[in-house]
Amino acid sequence: MAQATIDELQGLTTADGTPLRRALHRAERRAKIRAFLLVTPLLVFLAVTFIYPIAQMLWRSIYDDTIVTLLPNTVTAFKDWTDRDQLPPESVFAAFAVDMKQTREDRTIGQVATRVNFEEGGLRSIFTRTARHIDDAKNVTSWRDWFIQENPDWGKLNTWATIERLGHAYSILQYLAATDRQYDDHGNIVMAPEETQIYVPIFIRTLWMSLLVTLLTLLLGYPISYFLATLPIRTSNLLMIMVLLPFWTSLLVRTTSWIVILGKEGVLNDILVWLGLISDDGRIQMIYNQTGTLVAMTQILLPFMVLPLYSVMKTISPSYMRAAMSLGAPRFLAFWKVYAPNTLPGVGAGALLVFILSIGYYITPALVGGRTGQMISNFIAFHMQKSLNWGLAAALGGILLAGVLLLYALYNRLVGVEKLSLG
Amino acid sequence: MSVLTTLPSYASPIEKIWYVLFRVLCGCVFLFLIAPILIIIPLSFNAEPYFTFTHEMLTLHASAFSTRWYHLFLNDARWMQSVENSIIVAFFATLLATVLGTLAALGLSRSHMPARTFIMSVLISPMVVPLIITAAGIYFFYASVGLTGSLLGIILAHTALGTPFVVITVTATLIGFDQSLIRASAMLGANPATTFRKVIMPLILPGVISGALFAFVTSFDEVVVVLFIAPNPEQYTIPRQMWSGIREQISPAILAVATCLIVVSIALMTVLELLRRRSERLRGMTPQ
Repeated sequence: MAQATIDELQGLTTADGTPLRRALHRAERRAKIRAFLLVTPLLVFLAVTFIYPIAQMLWRSIYDDTIVTLLPNTVTAFKDWTDRDQLPPESVFAAFAVDMKQTREDRTIGQVATRVNFEEGGLRSIFTRTARHIDDAKNVTSWRDWFIQENPDWGKLNTWATIERLGHAYSILQYLAATDRQYDDHGNIVMAPEETQIYVPIFIRTLWMSLLVTLLTLLLGYPISYFLATLPIRTSNLLMIMVLLPFWTSLLVRTTSWIVILGKEGVLNDILVWLGLISDDGRIQMIYNQTGTLVAMTQILLPFMVLPLYSVMKTISPSYMRAAMSLGAPRFLAFWKVYAPNTLPGVGAGALLVFILSIGYYITPALVGGRTGQMISNFIAFHMQKSLNWGLAAALGGILLAGVLLLYALYNRLVGVEKLSLG
Repeated sequence: MSVLTTLPSYASPIEKIWYVLFRVLCGCVFLFLIAPILIIIPLSFNAEPYFTFTHEMLTLHASAFSTRWYHLFLNDARWMQSVENSIIVAFFATLLATVLGTLAALGLSRSHMPARTFIMSVLISPMVVPLIITAAGIYFFYASVGLTGSLLGIILAHTALGTPFVVITVTATLIGFDQSLIRASAMLGANPATTFRKVIMPLILPGVISGALFAFVTSFDEVVVVLFIAPNPEQYTIPRQMWSGIREQISPAILAVATCLIVVSIALMTVLELLRRRSERLRGMTPQ
């Protein structure tokens, strides 16, 4: 508003003689700063308690200085290892012996062994077993022979290539592991053998299940949103409670109820037995598998589909349909050609929101997913809490987060973040 | 509006069948939404330690029903501790989130706000970032600053998770806010503080309260972050305790807790609905 008048006010001054143009600019800048100051407390709060911690966690996916710090001599000696088709030279073995003695003394050998083992399963025992004997090694002329005699695995090229790769603090190793890739003997990145691939299938499963949940919520949500939008407002408000109550009810409560309903001794199986559709020993396993996760997630996320659909459908004037029908279109054709295209913004908003929420789902798959219903979040939690492979957890999280942020940007572009409605 | 849902007398048989079928279909979807919640309530009064209806329950024998699981819940020190923790955490997290979120929403709604869309999407991001990632980040961060295993840590984390809801609801209320009211108030001699207290606040209050309710529910329901940063049962919240209950030894006491939580959500929903009506009345619309 001020912008339009600024140009017209060239040459005018305020009462104290400042050009009006500058005075207006100053006033506007002050207004900008004031507006920004109101947002600052929350921005700072989120930067400290939310954004920084996530950034710091993701840092672990590319930075790991365990080996650089604990095997410093070995890492330096790797410079002498020029011919990568041969075992490293004696200097590397000697440096490694020094480092191993030191880590044994500092009791840090466990950390080294664990880190190496994450990279190449089985290396932990070789490390710890060899370390137990290293103090007894006296007057060694060739450390290379000593190590290989101690354990033939020290004579394998792969063992040393692995240690060498870990000797760089910054690396993409975790991302390779998170996408089931590895180095072959010649240092090329290749896919891991089919039977050891874990994460790519899990990512695919996560996407596939999220897509199914999105489709199911759309399939179930579209008719009831249409129904609600075309009912008299008083009735629809009453029925809306059915959508909003699940929305407001604790996630754990809803997951618990699905355990109660779908369980082997649960209500649904009881009803089926009572109806004679299945025998008492033929009870169907409906939970602790993919089906259980899909059913529970569909019910839990359905309100997120219905709310945007409903708010879009409410703005579509019923006279469009009437006009189409009066021009001779049958009811279904009128619906498909006139009404449905108008609901697309709602479909897009609901589908994107449900999809975004489902790819990061953790609780429901963890409680009712069994083995086949686990999603990527569950594996991140596993590496965070059980295997303690934090770098891998961070890499898996980084990939998941990148996907979610991409979809979020898409949502902002197509729907607009300010249109996010909550009932 | 009703023209689309009531059939004219000249409707063809196919249309009549479809009309009935459509309503049956919608009924089934509503049942799918609501049945899992309602089924818990009668089951929580089961006198037997089962998760299904006993024959006596279905024939409405008085002896089949009991409040034993409620007694168990109310007399269990761990459950009571978790209720206390949940209320403390949710209360302070709501308070903080409401203050921070309302201020930010006021700033975002000013016409002079620079980079509004970008800042808005940053402020909303705690709602879309997968909880497991937030939890993992906070876990390491808290470990490095020594906030693990404290209610304060949970409060701060839940505040971050609750603010998007406050920002969204208050911003939505401010869209219908007539900016000339602020000028009118200033012209009549009110300073900014008085204008805020006497003019802005009463008008945006419904939005603030509904945002606060969302923040409260978010904190009251959140379990993933608590799983990571609260290792001791002394800091367990209700959902964390339920998590253990479901994972370890599932007892019908969980159904009693769940029923209590459903009652709480019904109460919160009612408050929200009343607020919505009040807000519409204030803006001169007829409450519907």
